[in-house]
Amino acid sequence: MSLIIHYLWLIPAVPLVASLAILSLANAWRRSAAALAVAGQTAALALSAVAFLPTLQTHGFRAVQNFTWFTFGDNALRLGFVLDPLAAAMLLMISLVGLCIFVFSIGYMAEDKNFVRFFAYLSFFSGAMLGVVVANSLLLLFIFWELVGLASYLLIGLWIERPSAAAAAKKAFITTRIGDMGFFVGMLWLYNRSGTLLFYDDGKGCLESAGLAMLGASATFIALLIFFGAVGKSGQFPLHVWLPDAMEGPTPVSALIHAATMVAAGVFLVARVYPLFSLGAINGVTSSLTVVVWIGVTTALMAALIAIAQADIKRILAYSTVSQLGLMMVSLGVGGMAAGIMHLLAHGFFKALLFLGSGSVIHGCHSEQDIRKMGGLRRFMPVTFVTYAIGMMALSGVPFFFSGGWTKEEILHAVGHWPPSRAPYYLMFAGVVLTAFYMTRQIIYVFFGNSRTAAKQAHESPPVMTIPLIVLALGAILLSIVLTPAWPWLHDYLTGESVHFEIGRLIQPMLFVSLALVSAGIGIAVWMYRKAGVQDGDRPADIDPLEHAQPALFRFLANKMWIDELYARTVIAFSWIAALLSDWMDRYFWDGLVRGFGAIGQVFAMFTAGVDERGINTGVDETTVGARGLGRLMSAAHSGQIQIYLGIVAIGMLALLLLYAWLA
Amino acid sequence: MTPTLQIFLIVSAALFSIGLLAALSRRHAIFILIGIELMLAAANLNFIAFWRFAPQPHQPTGVMFAIFSIAISAAEAAVGLAMVIAVYRHYHTTNVDQLNQLKG
Repeated sequence: MSLIIHYLWLIPAVPLVASLAILSLANAWRRSAAALAVAGQTAALALSAVAFLPTLQTHGFRAVQNFTWFTFGDNALRLGFVLDPLAAAMLLMISLVGLCIFVFSIGYMAEDKNFVRFFAYLSFFSGAMLGVVVANSLLLLFIFWELVGLASYLLIGLWIERPSAAAAAKKAFITTRIGDMGFFVGMLWLYNRSGTLLFYDDGKGCLESAGLAMLGASATFIALLIFFGAVGKSGQFPLHVWLPDAMEGPTPVSALIHAATMVAAGVFLVARVYPLFSLGAINGVTSSLTVVVWIGVTTALMAALIAIAQADIKRILAYSTVSQLGLMMVSLGVGGMAAGIMHLLAHGFFKALLFLGSGSVIHGCHSEQDIRKMGGLRRFMPVTFVTYAIGMMALSGVPFFFSGGWTKEEILHAVGHWPPSRAPYYLMFAGVVLTAFYMTRQIIYVFFGNSRTAAKQAHESPPVMTIPLIVLALGAILLSIVLTPAWPWLHDYLTGESVHFEIGRLIQPMLFVSLALVSAGIGIAVWMYRKAGVQDGDRPADIDPLEHAQPALFRFLANKMWIDELYARTVIAFSWIAALLSDWMDRYFWDGLVRGFGAIGQVFAMFTAGVDERGINTGVDETTVGARGLGRLMSAAHSGQIQIYLGIVAIGMLALLLLYAWLA
Repeated sequence: MTPTLQIFLIVSAALFSIGLLAALSRRHAIFILIGIELMLAAANLNFIAFWRFAPQPHQPTGVMFAIFSIAISAAEAAVGLAMVIAVYRHYHTTNVDQLNQLKG
């Protein structure tokens, strides 16, 4: 038992506290805000490194620290933190990539008026994501999960004055919330069956044998419901629509959402509750895992196809993220959990690199995002070009030198051994070719050929932006050291086995398959787009060669397969009609009911008012009028004329005398 | 003609009526006081008359009543006159018709 487990809560807490501190700063304190954010993230990175150490010493290390949040009746709701290789590796990746993004943002957001707010949200985002990773309770994970959702909402909508940003933020929030509904129901079901939401609790947790034994057949449904949450968060089909729109946020946010944090959360969640998915597996196949595979395959291919026809530099990357996440899901589904997580970690580096690189390009081209208006940027932005090319090759899966290549081969290897079907294997081949294709197309448009309109005054970004790019590029390359089959350190670290070095395993057949696929993708793209960037002038690039060849197909892809439109016609139209109906009900039916009761009250009130006015009030009035008249009469007798008083006394006495005389 | 009780009572009643008439009809405060003195004198006359024609006229009870009454009326006259003077100083009049309020 290591000491760090007692302080594990500090890792998410530090950035969260930094975020609160930044929020309390005035808008002008830009330096302090950036310093606080970077300091918080650095502290998180240092703590993650410390937490990483004990996991290295023992194979399959796992330490938990649970505590009771509150008790109701005889039940105690317990939360906790866990440290295992999965969490430790994720922690290190998130905090390192996050730190690069933070530093990059200092340069990218330098002239933005929302600088302080931006860094507060960024810290908050990072802290929430770190919390997801260290949670040892599905409930605690869900809490951080929702915080991640909130942070993404705040960051995507950072430029609140832009209606499209506000709409994208809302879309991201609502779409992921649909997935979270499933997650929540699955969580309640799990609690109902197993009585605990702790993952690991000395054999009593819901992911350990005793807890799993109580689930029985419901495990499939629980797993699928939880997977639905992951579908929303990780942008899987059919809930992927929010992810490309999330590009409305500042580019570092896109990097953070797409690389290190939010979308990784879904894949991480599936990996974390993997025992739920694999419960009762026959030959490594369960129905829930099969669903994961097919969702992943659909997503990966569909997104890769859409990415081909996009013109916005960030949108291409967004769809590539969706596609890569699909690939990770496939890997998890076929049982290659370690391969999926390895790809997630490697993807964190090179996708952050690509997004930051695109941020650098956009910064250099004065906020132009259309790749058809760029071109020839390699001469103006050498550092960005080199690092971007490294990221592109890692994403395409160029073998041997780049981390992405090794992890992709690992995934393909795992998919190839999936018993039920060979189809995902070949479809993944197509995915790899497409990935190489669209990335080559993008890089040709952006960095090669002649400079077009937006690239005329392009300039290289300042060091505060290029240094994070270099660090991430090094990460994207050097990570392959621990990924090779010759020394599969990361794989065995994640699965808890001891690693052996064996140079003979370095060259696998898959290496050549992969090489062939990637070269095919790059080759086709180079051949198709060989003339794309050549024509000069102050106008955007000509019609896309693919559009020239297949106009209908290109339009279909460029319009994102009309899925947004489909949703607008079905789901959104349905809720629109439902909203109109409930509006009508509210306005006329319920309102009428309320008004009816109101009218009854009104009539009754009028009646009582009449009684009050005519009966009680008049009675009181008349009494006072009478009293006043009497008073006037009496006061008239008090004339102050003393002789009249005396005369009355005399008359009274005379009257008494006469009475006496008469009675006597 | 021997004096009888009736004659005294008639004189006394006349005296009282005259005093009452004076007190009710005169407007001058001093005349009203004089009227009141007349009524008191009528009462004193009645005391003396009833004592003189009583069965035992040896004990001077009636005289004592009359003497007390005269003393009280003297005091009352003194107070009354003092008040008339005070009123006159304040209002510069002794007409009781104009003295119809207590506040000064």
